[in-house]
Amino acid sequence: MSAGSVSKGCFVFKPSPKKRKVSQKTADYFREGNSDAEDSELRFATCQSLWKHVKLEAEQIEEDLNKQLFDNLVSFLRRSHSEFQEKTTEWNCRMKSREIPTAALVLGVNVTDHDLTFRSLSEVLQNRVTPYVALLQAKDCPGIKNLMQKLLGQLMNCYVDVDSEEDDYVQTSQNRIRCSMTSLITWYESVTKKTDFETPSKKRTSSRHWQSPPVVVIFKDMESFTTKVLQDFIVISSQHIHELPLVLVFGIATSPMIIHGLLPHSVSSLLCIELFQSLSCKEHLSTIIDKVLLTTQFPLKLSEKVLQVLINIFLYHDFSVQNFIKGFQLCIVEHFYTQPLSVLCCHQEEVKKRINSLSHNQCENIRRLPSFRRYVENQTSEKQIALLTTDGFLKETVQQLLEDLNVYHENYFPVLRCLHVFTSSLPKYPLGKQIRELHCACLENRVWETEEYESFLQLARMLNKCDLVTMLQKCVEILVSSPGKEFDKTVEKLKEFLTQFQKLEVAEACQERDESVSSQKELQKKTDLYHLQKTLLELKESRRSKKLTKFEMLRFEVVDYIDSIVRNYLVPADHKTLHEIVYFNTASVLREHLNAAPRVALHTALNNPYSYLKSQALRSDGGSISNKAPDICIVYKLHLECGRLINLVDWLEAFSTVVTAVEGPNADAPSSDQVDDVIHARFIRAVSELELLGFIKPSKQKTDHVARLTWGGC
Amino acid sequence: MPNLEHSAYPAATLLHLESLVPCRESQVSMLLSIFGERQQLSFPSIFIYGHTSSGKTYVMRTLLNTLQLPHVFVNCVEHFTSRLLLEEILIQLQNRSSETKEAAHVPCDTFNDFVRLFKQAIVSQDLQDETFYIVLDRAEQLREMEANVLPAFLRLQELTARNVTVVLLSEIVWELFRPNTGCFEPFTLYFPDYSIGHLQKILCQNHPPEYSADFYAAYINILLGVFYMVCRDLKELQHLAALNFSKYCEPVVRGEANERDTRKLWKNIEPHLKKAMQTVYLREISSSQWERLQHDEGEAGQLKGLSAHAHVELPYYSKFLLIAAYLASYNPVRTDKRFFLKHHGKIKKTNFMKKHEKTSNHLLGPKPFPLDRLLAILYSIVDNRVAPTANIFSQITSLVTLQLLSMVGNNDQLDGPRYKCTVSLDFIRAIARTVNFDIIKYLYDFL
Repeated sequence: MSAGSVSKGCFVFKPSPKKRKVSQKTADYFREGNSDAEDSELRFATCQSLWKHVKLEAEQIEEDLNKQLFDNLVSFLRRSHSEFQEKTTEWNCRMKSREIPTAALVLGVNVTDHDLTFRSLSEVLQNRVTPYVALLQAKDCPGIKNLMQKLLGQLMNCYVDVDSEEDDYVQTSQNRIRCSMTSLITWYESVTKKTDFETPSKKRTSSRHWQSPPVVVIFKDMESFTTKVLQDFIVISSQHIHELPLVLVFGIATSPMIIHGLLPHSVSSLLCIELFQSLSCKEHLSTIIDKVLLTTQFPLKLSEKVLQVLINIFLYHDFSVQNFIKGFQLCIVEHFYTQPLSVLCCHQEEVKKRINSLSHNQCENIRRLPSFRRYVENQTSEKQIALLTTDGFLKETVQQLLEDLNVYHENYFPVLRCLHVFTSSLPKYPLGKQIRELHCACLENRVWETEEYESFLQLARMLNKCDLVTMLQKCVEILVSSPGKEFDKTVEKLKEFLTQFQKLEVAEACQERDESVSSQKELQKKTDLYHLQKTLLELKESRRSKKLTKFEMLRFEVVDYIDSIVRNYLVPADHKTLHEIVYFNTASVLREHLNAAPRVALHTALNNPYSYLKSQALRSDGGSISNKAPDICIVYKLHLECGRLINLVDWLEAFSTVVTAVEGPNADAPSSDQVDDVIHARFIRAVSELELLGFIKPSKQKTDHVARLTWGGC
Repeated sequence: MPNLEHSAYPAATLLHLESLVPCRESQVSMLLSIFGERQQLSFPSIFIYGHTSSGKTYVMRTLLNTLQLPHVFVNCVEHFTSRLLLEEILIQLQNRSSETKEAAHVPCDTFNDFVRLFKQAIVSQDLQDETFYIVLDRAEQLREMEANVLPAFLRLQELTARNVTVVLLSEIVWELFRPNTGCFEPFTLYFPDYSIGHLQKILCQNHPPEYSADFYAAYINILLGVFYMVCRDLKELQHLAALNFSKYCEPVVRGEANERDTRKLWKNIEPHLKKAMQTVYLREISSSQWERLQHDEGEAGQLKGLSAHAHVELPYYSKFLLIAAYLASYNPVRTDKRFFLKHHGKIKKTNFMKKHEKTSNHLLGPKPFPLDRLLAILYSIVDNRVAPTANIFSQITSLVTLQLLSMVGNNDQLDGPRYKCTVSLDFIRAIARTVNFDIIKYLYDFL
């Protein structure tokens, strides 16, 4: 994205919306229209820096995840044309038809995210393989002509940019060159020849790429391209593959089968297709949640409901990680905008300074927080008075409380991970397979009071030793690597358990053998049926009431200990004092913005205009139709009572009845058979408005009727 | 077989030509007799057709090159507009003699310009007293250009009053070309498919230098035995031959068999070729991957073909939307009541079935359905309440862009758009399984 990038001229970067926010104007918006304007500038700055960090982190994660895929692709590109350059004389190579190397890149159905992937892919390619990368999009290429134009435009401009020869650029401006493969080939020859006798100043660019770098053409959305365009392009380029080392990359959203669906065999036989699959977006999301939300790195946290909204949108609707991050961004902005105390939502080092500079108003804001009020109620009366009257004392306490909150988070996440180690390996995943589900369960309420937790404990008490030991080892690893300070003891305890298990191993083995042998002997002695039955019963009895083995005892101990840790550390966040400062919890706002329901909104507006117009006259009680409502609302309500076809005359009658209803009983005599022209006009206008909104359309089935396009009554 | 004979050309050249175009002697001699001597006027336009890889392009090119006849060779797919095509002919014509490729670019927008420029170019290239040949490969593309292009090319000799012959190469018959307005009828010449004997002969011509011709011929014989049933494309066969030859030679290289041990070699290569037919030939795996597999002696099982990745991961509601679309596409509208209403009254299964046509809807293919029906079915098959949010509607659109649904008819969104579900039964069953939905129970065809 940087201005110094090689790709500068090759891609149009949309002006990023974030840039606008930096301008003073947005900061003003942040202050205006907000009743609590306390510290708005500081809040804005905090919000900005937090978002910047989150964004960087998310980008870093994405880069890491894509690394493997891109490495594979790059090595494929290297391989693709080197073979032919080396041994063109060999019989084998002469006889084989030269296919176009093609990478089928399966990226998953979240098409909106592909843009970013392709952008970073082309950057990687330009840095490591070739300067000649063209990105094509189906909507730009309705015909082969447009495709060639786009391709030539992108490639030739890119060349100009590398060597920054502005004069050349004007000469080869798009409409001057012939959009044919031949001109592309001549261009390629001239370009590669030029770089052969390079001046030393340009060595940098040529050293990164190889002698004759391939020309990479990326089809961003394979599914949307028309068959003809693709076929023609492939046929044309396959004729020139000897002169132009072309490599195609197909961006595929569904499955690679689509290639065979789009291309007939005669065309697909010109390709040498290799498959590359990107990481599934669910895994991507898990990593993002793991690295961004389940850490203490970022001070802002999401409450259970908010997280659930974001995850639901992801899983149910779009599978788009970018949208998830955007949603998180919205949470950040919304939190800092609406919560005046969010000024304290920053890193621990700064908190102290900020607390000291809090104004009296802000102190009052703190006192108004429900969680703080609960805290105050539990204090002694003198302390209560001090907290409620003295700002200084309040600030001290708040600082202490925020530190507590921080410590709580430091402990919460490692313990959560430990618990996840257990739950994720149990059959049927009582508390969810993913750590995010566990996290939500813990945030929602006391997890140890739920049924699922109960069944988790029961299952955990049945674990075999091998699993249990590996899990404990994992837990130890997690706790040791965590920053929390209180875990020394826990780690010690877990390690102790581990050694006990080891000791058990030897002893238990002997014991088991003894027991089984003795019972076997007993069985062999008794031969007649009655005795046998009796002994078997006895055995059964004894097994039921049998004293637990040492291993079982230990297992109980371990599970109990885990249980105690959970109860200790996984307290839901909204039980913590001052959680409002760091937790964003207005899920409804988020839902309204991210999962809008236009139909519902439209229905509400037309059915119940009061909800938007807030005029007392419109306050309706039940199903009756008020004649004070806007005409379109009346018409809409009337049409809800009709079937698929609506008779316009009846509709008009009903409309005029409603409109004239309250205008007095004396007026109804003359207007009974003739509808007023004004009312008629109003009706026509309202009906055409409804048509514009897409509720009805003219029908040819019956004269004087319109067809309803929606169904369901009121 | 008739030897090529023509008084205008030396016998040695003709002999050489004959060796270059095996199994096409009769066509070549026919062409030669039409062409006549260099200075003689030839037939104005010749139309050559024949199936894929029946040697049309190759024969034409070899013929013109060997006899050193002045010509230009243009592919109509590559030059997709008439302007590009005409300019390309002129450029090639201008660059014929002059070594410097910097001939001035002349814009040529109409056929009228072309005729004028062509006449000039013929004079400047000093070609007045020789027949000049213009070969238009993949000539079926001409039909998609302006209406005057094809008839004008057919009469080019008359229009330019120069000694020029236009040769059209195509895979389809002339009847499909003939414009409504009528045109000059070209001389049509058919290139028949190569028979298996021809293929054998042609393929054997290029044997690798390290091995004897007989050895390679035996190999080609086996190859054709496997592939002739599915593929008669010479190019493809040649490609396959080159890909698998190293495997055939393996026993010989290792010293386990000698070159004459045909049976042993056959046993070694046959299963391999069969596997190749299912994978490389269908482009399930690429040829370079296939070669690497051969090299590493790996099992083809490790490398999954493209169709092995048929699974598509979709968001939860997209899955249900797709299922609903499938049901809407394959169930008759009348049956919706039975499937999706809790109390569907007295419709008995038996007499309910009788009323309807007996053909399976799956044989008839998907039917279009309106958006409302899709949503109605969606609401009744999803367990919990689905709010009609913007996301749901955008998901329908993304399913259309993913080509899992397709929009039918007019694109007017307000006018109740209609869709079709384009996925297969197997696909939808796999999708339904992931959300624990028994789709078979809801399909009218499987009642």
